[in-house]
Formats: sequence, structure tokens, C-alpha cells
Amino acid sequence: MAAIELSDVRKTYPGGFEAVKGISLPIRDGEFVVLVGPSGCGKSTLLRMIAGLERITSGTVKIANRVVNNLEPMQRDIAMVFQNYALYPHMTVFQNLAYGLKNRGMAKSEIDIRVDEVARILEIEPYLARKPRALSGGQRQRVAMGRAIVREPAAFLFDEPLSNLDAKLRIQMRGEIKQLQKRLGTTSVYVTHDQLEAMTLADRLVVLNTGEIEQIGTPLDIYRRPATTFVAAFIGSPAMNLVKAHRRSGAAVFGDASLPMADDIASGMEVTVGVRPEDLTVAGTKDALRLTLKIAYVEELGATRLVHGTVDGQNLVASVPVDCPLGETLEVHAEPSALHFFDPQTGRRLN
Amino acid sequence: MQTKRTVFGSPVLPYLLVLPQLAITFVFFLWPAGQAVWQSFLREDPFGLKTSFVWFANYQKLFVDPQYLYSLQITAVFALSVAVLSIGSALVLAVAADRMIRLSQTYTTLLVWPYAVAPAVAGVMWWFMFNPTIGIMSYMLEMLGYDWNHSLNPTDAMILVVIAASWKQISYNFLFFLAGLQAIPASLNEAAAIDGAGPVKRFFTIVLPLLSPTTFFLAVVNMVYAMFDTFAVIHATTQGGPSGSTAILVYKVFQDGFIGLKLGSSAAQSVVLMVIVITLTVIQFRWVERHVEY
Ligand SMILES: Nc1ncnc2c1ncn2[C@@H]1O[C@H](COP(=O)(O)OP(=O)(O)OP(=O)(O)O)[C@@H](O)[C@H]1O
Ligand SMILES: [Mg+2]
Repeated sequence: MAAIELSDVRKTYPGGFEAVKGISLPIRDGEFVVLVGPSGCGKSTLLRMIAGLERITSGTVKIANRVVNNLEPMQRDIAMVFQNYALYPHMTVFQNLAYGLKNRGMAKSEIDIRVDEVARILEIEPYLARKPRALSGGQRQRVAMGRAIVREPAAFLFDEPLSNLDAKLRIQMRGEIKQLQKRLGTTSVYVTHDQLEAMTLADRLVVLNTGEIEQIGTPLDIYRRPATTFVAAFIGSPAMNLVKAHRRSGAAVFGDASLPMADDIASGMEVTVGVRPEDLTVAGTKDALRLTLKIAYVEELGATRLVHGTVDGQNLVASVPVDCPLGETLEVHAEPSALHFFDPQTGRRLN
Repeated sequence: MQTKRTVFGSPVLPYLLVLPQLAITFVFFLWPAGQAVWQSFLREDPFGLKTSFVWFANYQKLFVDPQYLYSLQITAVFALSVAVLSIGSALVLAVAADRMIRLSQTYTTLLVWPYAVAPAVAGVMWWFMFNPTIGIMSYMLEMLGYDWNHSLNPTDAMILVVIAASWKQISYNFLFFLAGLQAIPASLNEAAAIDGAGPVKRFFTIVLPLLSPTTFFLAVVNMVYAMFDTFAVIHATTQGGPSGSTAILVYKVFQDGFIGLKLGSSAAQSVVLMVIVITLTVIQFRWVERHVEY
């Protein structure tokens, strides 16, 4: 177990492409940090630099207070779970798990004990004698997890380990990974582009965009107070509504609604207003702050219903109860506290 | 296996389409093979005047003939040496080429291909260098103080034919190995690196076992090549000499049949050779069926 510290880490690929642009991130001992971001934002690159599979162009990576920039992967005392699992196809499950222990010169009796223990925890005992090709995707995933756990490394690195599983299995494995990490207390860095997976797993979430950190925080922090429009749009499903509004004294005017906004928070005549679909409720008679949504189409989700429409020519989605009656239009209401204001130029949060 | 299955409208058409291939196989392989088998039961005098049916007499004589047994022995040595040498060198070259391709960026892969194929060209060049009439290798060895003389020394002669026969196969083996190496996902090597295996250990515990189906396939192909297809190499270099020390089975068939004019014996020899090759091929198919999937 160990803390990991990234200081101003950069990666420029041969050819001049800068995939990671100066990332500093301290990770506490035992913490579960999730790196999330759209495809190509440099998540894997960053993870592979921690693992030692990719050279660090500049900056330092420390694991357990030791600079590891020039250490081989095997010397860094980490374990990695790959997206394609990377199980050794010619070895049995047992041999797959034992390989790393054998390479470190562990006694055979000790190896047997450790592998059996891990197989028990992950419920892969029945498959120990099988080759990976005789396993289902979910079972392979477990073996890949087992190979990481059995070494008892200082840190786990996960690169989209669940993206090859079907939706249901993904949710189940997500829960198991979370539980296992809690139980083992091993520092973990987990890469995913699935914001829901990120939200549910993370102690701390790091949102990356084009090789830079957009925001760091607990999942709830980030959900409640996204620092930029990028984070606001990326985290949460369905995505937050972002609309343009005009400033007027003490308010942002949007369509026929005037949204209360403290005067001191910004200058400029334009402002981007964000509101989550679930914060748009069907307006009661007393509600002053209301918007008239011209309905375009409706998506049924079972528990709720997503109403897609326009206000003042801008798209807006509201998540409403299934029993609410729908006509051509829908009156929706938002609490002033549920409104997010962003600078339309920089995308930074204003309130 | 995903195979595209074509459905023909007429049941005759598919047979019609394979007919030319079947005809060629029959005229150039099955027919002469049948002739050889028939001939091996006959005794014919060199002038073709008198022919008598002698059952297995030709074979019986063959397997007590010390010359023939010696030829069997050197064929085994020759075939194994060619397989080991050509597979070994091809593997080394392929690993080097694979490394080069992987280190370069993805988009340059195609540009690197000519370099990767270069060893094949090099192989042909080496073949020329060892060519006794125009080669410079023996000359260079002499300069190094080794009195190379493959026309007198049986070991030198064997080394020469092994090298000459191997070079031609290296390029072929190389392409198979390179394809095999390229098919191994990079993440396997990375996982092994994280699992504490250095480059050498990774090669022997991960890469080589994954290449074993390819290696086995090539071992058989190369041995069949060495036994069957090396007539020209031997004819051009040692002509089976000195004193029969490089007269492998296929060369002996030619010597006995076309030079010695012992047609019955020669036919029997080619039948034996055919049986060996068929056996090897059957072993290969059996083995591939069972072991290709690891
Ligand atoms: N070997 C390489 N050479 C040059 N550029 C590369 C190389 N590997 C990755 N890149 C580039 O670096 C950027 C980041 O790649 P990376 O694999 O880290 O993305 P990612 O965030 O993991 O994306 P995904 O979610 O699709 O896996 C991409 O734009 C990619 O094209
Ligand atoms: Mg990735």
C-alpha cells in the first residue's frame, strides 16, 4: 500500500503530439481515484506512465515516496488490469495467477496458498485448471482481477477493465471491484470513459479533457458544483442542460423567464445557465420561476420520462414523473439554488 | 472459424471449377506416383529390353544396402540441421523486425515493411556468396585460417549444403514468424513485464510458447523441403559428394536412377521418400488439429 504522487507530468509522443499536459495529482494511500474523460483525452497514457509502460517526458511520478520515473514496471510494485484482460492464453488460470509470484521467486507452497485464497475470494476456484479461452468474458475479467490481487501490490491500476462486458455484468462487477478495494484498502487508479462507472466507484474523481485536469473532487462535489461547462456536460446522465441567457440587473433572462443571479458574480452581457434535467420539475400554480417547454419528443425510461423540447429556440430536457399529463407544451420550474452559471467565453463556473 | 460459404446454383459447377486443379494433380502427381509404385515392383535391365515382376525384392535389397542406410542417416541429419538453422535464424530476424515495427508509431508500420522484408533479400544474397562457383565465403574462411574444402571433407560438404539449403528457407520462415509475432498483443508482454518478467524471460515464457504452433508447422515444412526440394542445391554444390556424404535420399534417387540406371531400385527409393513425406504431413495435420488452440 502506498501513496502515489504525480507532479507536473507530461507526455509528448514521438511525432510531437502532447497527450498529457502537465498533470499534478496527489493520491492518498488507500484511495480509489477514477480518471474519467472522453476518448483520446490521455487517460490511458497517464495510467501507463504510472505503470512504467510509457516513458515520462517530464515531471515526476512517485510511488510510496520513491521517484519511479526510470524504474521498470516490475520494480514499481504495481498491478494492472487491462481492457482486453491480457491473460496468458497458453497458461491455465492457476498458472496465470502464479506467474507473477513465480517470477518473484516465491516458494511453491506459498504460491499455492495465495492463489487458492484469491480464487476463493473471486469465486474462480472451479476454473483454475482451465485455459482462458475456455472462460466466459466475466470469468476472464475475474481472473484478470485475481492476477492483480494475488501479488498484493502497492497499487492497482485499471484501464477500462469492464468495457468488454455486457451492461448487467458491468454493474455487478463494478460493485464487486468497489467492495474488494474497500476490503483490501489498496490504492487504486481506475480509468474509464463511462461517467456512471466513474461516479459510483470513485472516492475522488479526476475529470480529464485534452490532456489536462478539468476538475478534481468527490463524485458528489463534481455533480453538484461542476467547475466548467465541460464537466457539467460530461458528468451526469442525461446531461445537464446548458443554455445561453442575457444579463439584466440581478437576473439572467432566458425566454420569458428571469433567473435570479447575484450581480457581483460576473461581468459581461451573456451568461451560460446550466440546470440538470431532474432539477426541472413540473411547475405548480405558486411557482414564480417557470419556463414553457415546447415539447419535441418524449423518451420513456420506466421510472421517469425524459421530455425533450425547446425554450426560446434552445434545447432543453426535463426529467418528469411518468404520470404527469403532457400536451403540446409543459410548464417547468427550477429552484434558484439548482441553477449553475458559467462564463460563456472561458466555460468557468461563476456562482 | 468464420468462413464465407458460397452456395452454387448448379451441383455440377463446383466440380467443374476444381476440375483443372484435379487434372493437374492427376497428371503431374498421382499418375507419376502410381508409375513409381508400379516400377518399384519391377526389375528392368538398363536397356529396357527385359522386364520382370519381382514383388518386394527391390525394397528388400534397399534396406540391407549399407549405402542406402547411410543415405537415410545423413538425410535425417541434413533435414534436422536445415530445420533448426533456418527456423532459428528466421526467429532471430523476425524478433528484431517485430521490435522495430512495434517501437515505431502505428502509422509508420507500412513504411517499415520494406525493412522487415529485407532479411529475405539478404538470404538470397548469402546464398550467392556460398555458391561455390561465384561465392566468396570459402575464400574468406581460407583467409581466416580454416582450410575449407567441401570437395574433400565430408563435414565441410554437409555444412555447406545445410547452409545453402537453409538460406532459401529463412525468408519463408521469417514471414511466418513475423506474422506470428505481430499477432501477439502488446498487452501480453506488458502484463508479463508488470508481473516481473524481464525481456529474456518474457521471450521464453510468453512469446515462444505462443509461437509454438508456427514453429511446429515450420519444422515440418522445412524438413519436407530439405528432403524433397533440395535436389538443385545439392546438385549445384557438392553433387552428393565427397563419397556420397551429401547424397541425401532425393539425390540418391537421381544418382541411382538416372546415372546408375537402376530403375527398379530408384523407384523403390522414391516410394520410400513419398511415404516419409506423407507420414510427416499426416503428423502435422493431426498435431495442428489438436494443439493449435492453446
Ligand atoms: N503511441 C502513440 N503515438 C502517438 N500518439 C499517441 C500514441 N498513443 C496514444 N496517442 C494519442 O494520445 C492521445 C491520448 O491517448 P490515450 O490512449 O491516452 O487516450 P484515452 O484517454 O485512453 O482514450 P480511450 O478512452 O479511447 O482509451 C490520443 O489522442 C492518441 O491519439
Ligand atoms: Mg484508453
